[in-house]
Parts: sequence; structure tokens; C-alpha cells
Amino acid sequence: MSEFKVSIVSSNEEIFSGTADMLYATGSLGEIGIAPGHSPLLTGLMPGPVRVCNEDKEETFFCSGGFIEVQPDVVTVLSDVAERADSMDEAKAIAAKEQAEKDLADNKDNVDFAKAASQLAEAAARLKTIQKLRKKI
Amino acid sequence: MANTKEVRKQISSIKSTRKITSALEMVAASKIKKTQDLMFGGRPYSEKVKEVIEHIASSSSEYSHPFYEERKNKSTCYIVVGSDKGLCGGLNINLFKKIVAEAAENQKNDVETSFALIGVKAVTFFGNLGGKVLGQATKLGDKPNPEDLIGLTKIVLDEQKKGNIDRVVLCSNKFVNTMTQQPTLQQLIPLSHGENAESQTSMQWDYIYEPEAKVLLDGLLTRYIESLIFQAVLENNACEQAAKMIAMKNATENAGDLIKELELLYNNVRQAAITQELSEIVGGAAAV
Repeated sequence: MSEFKVSIVSSNEEIFSGTADMLYATGSLGEIGIAPGHSPLLTGLMPGPVRVCNEDKEETFFCSGGFIEVQPDVVTVLSDVAERADSMDEAKAIAAKEQAEKDLADNKDNVDFAKAASQLAEAAARLKTIQKLRKKI
Repeated sequence: MANTKEVRKQISSIKSTRKITSALEMVAASKIKKTQDLMFGGRPYSEKVKEVIEHIASSSSEYSHPFYEERKNKSTCYIVVGSDKGLCGGLNINLFKKIVAEAAENQKNDVETSFALIGVKAVTFFGNLGGKVLGQATKLGDKPNPEDLIGLTKIVLDEQKKGNIDRVVLCSNKFVNTMTQQPTLQQLIPLSHGENAESQTSMQWDYIYEPEAKVLLDGLLTRYIESLIFQAVLENNACEQAAKMIAMKNATENAGDLIKELELLYNNVRQAAITQELSEIVGGAAAV
């Protein structure tokens, strides 16, 4: 078994469906790499890139949280929001990060602290994904 | 005999009604595509979640979630998905009738009934009917946001965990095609263990859970139920637009028929008036 099926879905569309020989994601307890024949695993996803490697090709997706289910021959990523990292706009990501930081800074009464913190984490992860991608190019 | 002025007034009022119904028909027709795209777009997610949930059900987990627990049914909650606007034929009422029939059955068996309502029409109908309403969500628009439904779902699931509700049923219209919408009641809780649960017991296996089974399953099952409800809302939207288009098309056609009849009547009345006038003149001339 040298490859496995991967499907990445978000609540409003199917993002990716195909095969891969390696997959990297940010699990809730840290980065995980999944090779074919991995034992069944169920874990949460943190905001961050999900990389799908296939021989020499590699595709990166951004997921802002969700779940990942691993079976020996199938991996399913249930993402809350996922997008192809290539299509992510760096300016938009920076703006989102700044907005989140600002919300967090003037956290007086109306802004929900937990929400702002999670937004910041998401924006930072988004930015990291873009920058990682940049370096490779 | 009606006079010509009255008939003319009636014709013009029906004509303006026809304009409105045909405009609504066109609006619905243009929205159908968009709502259907949303509906089909949401399907892969709910299918994948379902697959994962089935895998989980067939695994031999050390932790059993309350959603799988089969209790004696003492209280049922109906999550009703209705439309926000009317003028869509029998779409809502067909669904509501089915629920009312079940609720009546429940009453006979001493099962408590409560509702969680989505859509203005559902809220008005079940509000008038009287009954325990746990929560409601309205004005979701043509592009509903999953976040708008989280509150409602949470209320219901919390009640279930506390043991106040034993069974949760999702009621919505299933989209078959543009002409047909099928009102359906689908049991959400207790979750079924899946058909292949029995056959796989020989192969004992379980997931590695990170961080732990309880947290993960709780999150995932909640997400699963949310996705089912959200998908039902999207599907109901597509149904609503399709039903609205058909209903308005019929209304426009009926208005056309009515106008034709009234025009015939108008001509008859006019003719009669002229004939009468002529015979009066002729009669008058003969007398002179």
C-alpha cells in the first residue's frame, strides 16, 4: 500500500478528493504526518495548513479547524472552512490578523475575548501558510 | 345584470395581481439555481461526516456517547424546518400536518412533545398551535449561515444530555425535483449504530484518540447533527423556491383564465346595453 485516498471537505463544498502518499496536518496536539497504513486515528484540527503530497507534487490547503479521521487507506478532513492556499491573499490575511489583534487589544466589554483570540490564531495560521508557500516558490 | 364599469374594474384588479404573481414566479425561478447550488455544495460534507460517524459506530470504543443511548421515549423534540415566506403552495402545511399527526399520536402514548423551530412560518404555525418551544431561528435568508443554527442546536442537545428529551426528530422537506418535494421526518437521536455494526464485531478495533475520546466524539457528533440540520435548511430553501415557482405559475395561469372569462362577460354586458338602447330609440321613434 503506497498511497491512500484523501478527501477534504468544508461545510459548503468539496475541496479536494484524490490520492496521496503522505499528508501533513496540524492536529490539536501538534503537527501530524500520515503515511499509508496509519492506524485509525481521530483528532481535532487546529487552524493551519494541510499538505497533501503525491510523489513529487504537493498541494497545500488552509483549514481553520475541524476534525481529521484516519483509516489505513482513507483520510477524511472535515474542515470548518478550507481553501486552497494558492488562492489565499496575503493582504487579506494581514488585515484579518490586524483586525483580530485590535479586537483583542480593546477588549473592553463588547468583544468576546475567546472569539477574538481564536480569530487571531486563525489569522496568524493563515499568514504562516502563505509565507511557507512563498518560501517554496 | 352587472354593469360594464364594475366588470372593467374587476378585470384591471386581476391584471395587476397577475403582474405580481408573474414577477414572483420569475424571482423564484432565478433563485432556484442558486439555492440548488448551495444544497449540492453542502452534500459532500454531510456525506463525509456521515461516513466518519458510521466508522465510529462500528468501532469498539471504550466510551459510549449519550447520543447513542436508547432510552424509553418519554419526551420527543421536533426540529421543524419551515420557510420564512409564504406563497409557496402547500409546502409548509404538508410538513406541519405530518408533525401534528405525530404529536397527536404522542399525546395518546403520554409522550411529551416540544419543538425547535426554524423559519417564520414554522414559528407562527406552532406558536398558534400551542406547545413547548425550546428555541427558534428565523430570517436565515437565501444564504444561511451555519452559525445561525448553532444556538438552536445547542439548546436541543443540552436538553437531551440532561435527560429532558429522549428522542430528537428533524422535520423538513426533501428536494426530489422541481415538481416534487417530500416532507420527511428523520430521527437524529438516538443515533443508529449503522447496519454493518453487527457484522464487524468480530474485528475489534478502535481509534487512537487525540486528545481523548469524550471531547472528540462530543465535538464530532455535535458537528454531525449541526451539519444535518444545516443541510436540511439548505434543502428546504431549494424546495421553497421550487414550490414557489410552481405555485406562482399556477396563480398566473389562473389569473389569465379569469381575465378571459371576465372579458367575455364584459362584452356580453356591453352588447346587451347597446341592444337595449337601440330598441329604446326604435320604440321611441315608432311612438312619434
